[in-house]
Amino acid sequence: MKQSSTLPPERKAQRRRNKLKKWAPAYLLMLPGVVYFFINNYIPITGLVVAFKKYRVDTGIYLSPWVGLKNFEFLFATNDAFVITRNTLLYNLAFILVNMVLGIAFAIFICEVSNKWLKKIYQSAILFPFLISIIIVSYIVFAFLSVDNGLINKSLLEPLGMDSVAWYTEQKYWPAILIIVNTWKTVGYSCILYIAGIAGIDRALYEAAEIDGAGKLRQICSITIPCLMPTIITIVLLNIGHVFYANFGLFYQVPMNSGALFDVTNVIDTYVYRALLKIGNIGMASAAGFYQSLVGFILVLVSNGIVRRFSRENALF
Amino acid sequence: MIRTRGDKTFEAVSHIVMILVTLCVILPFILLVVSSFTDESELVAHGYSFFPKKLSLESYRYLFKKGGSIMRAYGTTILVTLVGTALHVTMGSMLAFALSMKGLPGKRFWSFYVFFTMLFNGGLVPTYLTYTNMLHVKNTFFGLLVPNLMLCAIHVLLMRSYFSTSIPDAIYEAAEIDGAGIFTIYSRIVLPLGKPIIVTISLFAGLDYWNDWLNGLYFISDQKKYGIQTMLFRILEDIRVLASASLGSAGMNIKIPSVSIRMAIAFVAIIPIIIIYPFLQKYFQDGIALGAVKG
Repeated sequence: MKQSSTLPPERKAQRRRNKLKKWAPAYLLMLPGVVYFFINNYIPITGLVVAFKKYRVDTGIYLSPWVGLKNFEFLFATNDAFVITRNTLLYNLAFILVNMVLGIAFAIFICEVSNKWLKKIYQSAILFPFLISIIIVSYIVFAFLSVDNGLINKSLLEPLGMDSVAWYTEQKYWPAILIIVNTWKTVGYSCILYIAGIAGIDRALYEAAEIDGAGKLRQICSITIPCLMPTIITIVLLNIGHVFYANFGLFYQVPMNSGALFDVTNVIDTYVYRALLKIGNIGMASAAGFYQSLVGFILVLVSNGIVRRFSRENALF
Repeated sequence: MIRTRGDKTFEAVSHIVMILVTLCVILPFILLVVSSFTDESELVAHGYSFFPKKLSLESYRYLFKKGGSIMRAYGTTILVTLVGTALHVTMGSMLAFALSMKGLPGKRFWSFYVFFTMLFNGGLVPTYLTYTNMLHVKNTFFGLLVPNLMLCAIHVLLMRSYFSTSIPDAIYEAAEIDGAGIFTIYSRIVLPLGKPIIVTISLFAGLDYWNDWLNGLYFISDQKKYGIQTMLFRILEDIRVLASASLGSAGMNIKIPSVSIRMAIAFVAIIPIIIIYPFLQKYFQDGIALGAVKG
């Protein structure tokens, strides 16, 4: 610093020019990506102000008149705000819990398999649904639950002499159905993360335990689970950072957007979509969206802060 | 290691559990495939079944002969996936390389600029309004290509850390001493040596494009411009509309493909994933363990 301030002005300018010349190609490489994030992420962030406005198509977001907190007053005056918050949170917590328990269990089982080839098959199979679009999943669910010719009504309930069920209008079944479908689709993902965690455990621990005469179950309880704890806590916390966001397709398309099920299938994401594009109530949609962005942001910060406290390298930042 | 009887029992239990899990995962797909080969009358009379009494190739014959709109949607998805993935990794790796360079002025700021998009986002409403009212992507190819999929922060950050830690500094220094410019280093060193991470990121980006139906849902209303997932989505939506419509609206002009044809379309839409999966599953698993999945 000191050295450069003593340089004559023309040398300083020369230096700046050299620096620019050296780094200009790097900035050029950055440019498309930076512009993309600006358009795709930063402009919409400024657009969040629409939640405090009465949106008018002719003037656009920024010139529409301000209405203060009116949109939020309308939103929180309805029962919907409570229902969508409850559904989003409870479903996500259930998903996190089930994926954690089954993910760890399946990971332990897979790691016990000594045949390399079979191990690979199990691992690949369990991950496969994760790679399929939720639309295809909704077709498969429909094949099981369709009222007129679904597998469950036609091949299970009818032969047993039971009444067929109108699955897409009966609320009571959907919490279970959504949890099953989500587990089916995503448990392989958690399982792979836990397998990676187990692979990182020092083998010597198991050998020592064996010499001490510890059986398999004992080894799992006293070595695998405790050694996996940092991984488990990190994954769960990072997931908790996202509990305010729901998988739109799972809650919209798997229940076939059935109005009779809204009480148990409406989450923030589906609510925002319907308010924006089905009903055209931009005020409500933007208020709910703002609420989601803000609380979601706080949750990410808090959960990451906790992760950071006990395992620095696993934190996002 | 000596294997005790307890170990063997436990392994046997593992096999039993995992075989059951594998069946639970695979059987629904088998149902999808079998019903696409089932005779339509059989499906109407006895419903979906693993063991249909009458098989038929009719739905596939229809798909290849008369399914022009389906084939077009399929083509659209292939095109969007190829172009999108190429742009995603090109833009991403360029940005990641620049951010991995030592001494880049403003490096901290630009890294944060990328990273912040993971923490906070505007959500659907402002994104939708930006793309429709400011950028007018509605019913254009850009509507499928650009929003949300063309780049993502986590991929940029993963590539950045790969370029700065897995490629030795000595190589960059040697190239610089030999007089290689930044572009040369990018194309001759970063791309070839960064191949593992670039392949992984391409896979996840390609998968996101292939499975995407949201951009189609938000930005495409012209049936001719649908991708295959949006097409499948609309078909199922029409079924619901028909099912919930009262008899009074019998005049509704909705043509719905038969069950077996629907299942054939769905099967055709997952065939590419089934084909590449056995060869690339290692990359998928490594990518997941690395954290390459968008949150």
